[in-house]
Amino acid sequence: MSRRPKAAPPLPPRLEKCPTGIRGLDVITGGGLPRGRPTLVCGGAGSGKTLIGMEFLVRGIQQHDEHGVFMSFEERATDLAENVASLGYDLNTLIADKKLVIDQVTIDRGEIMETGEYDLDGLFIRLSAAIDEVGARRVVLDTIETLFAALTSTHIIRSELRRLFGWLKEKGVTAIVTGERGDGTLTRHGLEEYVSDCVIALDQRVIDQIATRRLRVVKYRGSAHGTNEYPFLIDEQGITVLPITAIDLNYPASRDVVSTGIAKLDGMFAGKGYFRGGSLLVSGTAGTGKSSISAHFADAACRRGEQCIYFAFEESPDQIVRNMRSIGIDLENWAEKDLLHFAAFRPSTFGLEVHLSTMLKRIDELKPQAVIVDPVSSFMAAGTDLDASSMLMRMIDLLKTRQITALLTSLTSAGHPVEQSEVGISSLTDTWVVLRNLEQAGERTRALSIVKSRGMKHSNQARELVLSNQGVDLVEVFIGPDGSILTGSARVAQEAADRAAAVAQTSDIARKQATMLRRRKAVEARIAEMQADLAAEAEEVDVTIEMQAQAASGRSSARIAQAQEREQAGDPQTGHHDGDRR
Amino acid sequence: MNAASPQDLCNVPQAGPQTEWELRLYVAGQSARSVTAFANLKKLCEAHLAGRYRIEVIDLLENPQLSRGDQIVAIPTLVRILPMPIRKIIGDLSNTERTLVGLQLRPAVPMDARPCDE
Repeated sequence: MSRRPKAAPPLPPRLEKCPTGIRGLDVITGGGLPRGRPTLVCGGAGSGKTLIGMEFLVRGIQQHDEHGVFMSFEERATDLAENVASLGYDLNTLIADKKLVIDQVTIDRGEIMETGEYDLDGLFIRLSAAIDEVGARRVVLDTIETLFAALTSTHIIRSELRRLFGWLKEKGVTAIVTGERGDGTLTRHGLEEYVSDCVIALDQRVIDQIATRRLRVVKYRGSAHGTNEYPFLIDEQGITVLPITAIDLNYPASRDVVSTGIAKLDGMFAGKGYFRGGSLLVSGTAGTGKSSISAHFADAACRRGEQCIYFAFEESPDQIVRNMRSIGIDLENWAEKDLLHFAAFRPSTFGLEVHLSTMLKRIDELKPQAVIVDPVSSFMAAGTDLDASSMLMRMIDLLKTRQITALLTSLTSAGHPVEQSEVGISSLTDTWVVLRNLEQAGERTRALSIVKSRGMKHSNQARELVLSNQGVDLVEVFIGPDGSILTGSARVAQEAADRAAAVAQTSDIARKQATMLRRRKAVEARIAEMQADLAAEAEEVDVTIEMQAQAASGRSSARIAQAQEREQAGDPQTGHHDGDRR
Repeated sequence: MNAASPQDLCNVPQAGPQTEWELRLYVAGQSARSVTAFANLKKLCEAHLAGRYRIEVIDLLENPQLSRGDQIVAIPTLVRILPMPIRKIIGDLSNTERTLVGLQLRPAVPMDARPCDE
């Protein structure tokens, strides 16, 4: 049960589908409309019913060589041809080539009167003749409900419609039947009662003065289908239905790393840049340098020889070029070399879906390796939060599947918590760089920090972002005594204070060393003095000893002399007498 | 079915006595409704337009492409080609009074309240 094989399971013959060729519609219907059966397309006036029918026929002829019949109950054939000529459909050629029949059914109530019983065989015969004329496989009835307005016998119409849809099935043609949306019902006259295989509802809602078309597969008997409301748009290439989310999440992830264009920012990422094909969100309040980082990114991409598209929603290309030149980045040079392409729109010009498709078209034309959207927050102006984030989600998806490195900037309104992701897309992006304005001591400075970088280590430290005519530079910030980060002149002041402190310390040591030297000298002097004293004393002692020795020797010699004198006088006791005296 | 002999006819307020009537009846094969419609029409014309009318019956099963020209959706459909302007009456023409009003052979009665006096 839990296994869900991707390949078609071996089921009995599945409902055969008829590809409409309408971009996106075949995706959500799982291959197209039920082949050989009628499909009801209902919606209000101007919701695109007629166009879906016409594109279904034209694509059928162009892509599948299935001819078609368009039976119009409302618009004149010439008007129809003119209306779709702007979409590049040349109906007249298709008609001349016997691939398409447009039969316009006009029922003028004013010239018609009913009396007695009748049936709609006339319509059947007309349709049948038209189908046979070109061998049609596809039929559009637009809008068959006008019959209810033209004829009064609704019981006849109802039974005839039931017969008609049965007859269409018998004929094996794949049909689109359109119907006006009713009040509380899918169609005004309950056509859904007769067409039960597949019902598609169209809707055009205006929210905040911006209209968005939506499509929903209400039911599709015997087939799985997307049940959501899908936005769709009509442009010069016809109808594009945009599945809100990509069908799968299987895009490849590149291991390549591309430079941010700012050497020191590269240094903050362990891989020295962003992953190729990744998406990068740069968010910050006004004037924090988002566009400058974008410009560096564009510059780096072009330096690598890559194609880059700069989608600008706030500034004109010329203004961007001028502004970026002031920080030393020459974007014009890259534009001239056909590497950088600007695409500037007012966000409020179109609805979100048109924006997305316009961007997508440009991307498919130029096949860039890098894309900048500056800023995505401007889409908030073109739709509700929910719409904007769902559109951006699809945009990021589309860019990822194409392996395009994307840089999205986002304007945070001041006072907003930075962590509150602006349009709810921060979770979709791989890398998130937050820029902040710091205001301290009467000065505004910018701080950059990396909130996340999927699959890559990154610096956790804030850096000060400094703009100069050399571009963006990142400077390490100082942490103040109270733990706050110091930037700008506070940082410069801190740097000076640190230098002064160092100087002060050096001179202190020198002073202490001098004092030491002085003291040493003093001590040495005293030592010398004491030694001198000692030497003098010692000398004195020696002199005394010598003098005493001399005196002693002097006396003894005198005695000897005396003794000799006595000996000479012949007195032997004299010696004893001398000894006593000593 | 060309019968163009002027005849006196009263009660024709809009179409003058000299008017040529050209009617076209669209049918699909020999269905019961088609047959009924033709019979009703024939009877009505003989009663009100004797000698001044022409009926052309077109079988769409044989000539389906002709359905586009006169914008035929329902069967049977009677188209008054002449006198101008074109009028269409759909159904089997079983209600003669309504058919006459439809063909403008009788003025539309205010509120449609006038009972059938045929």
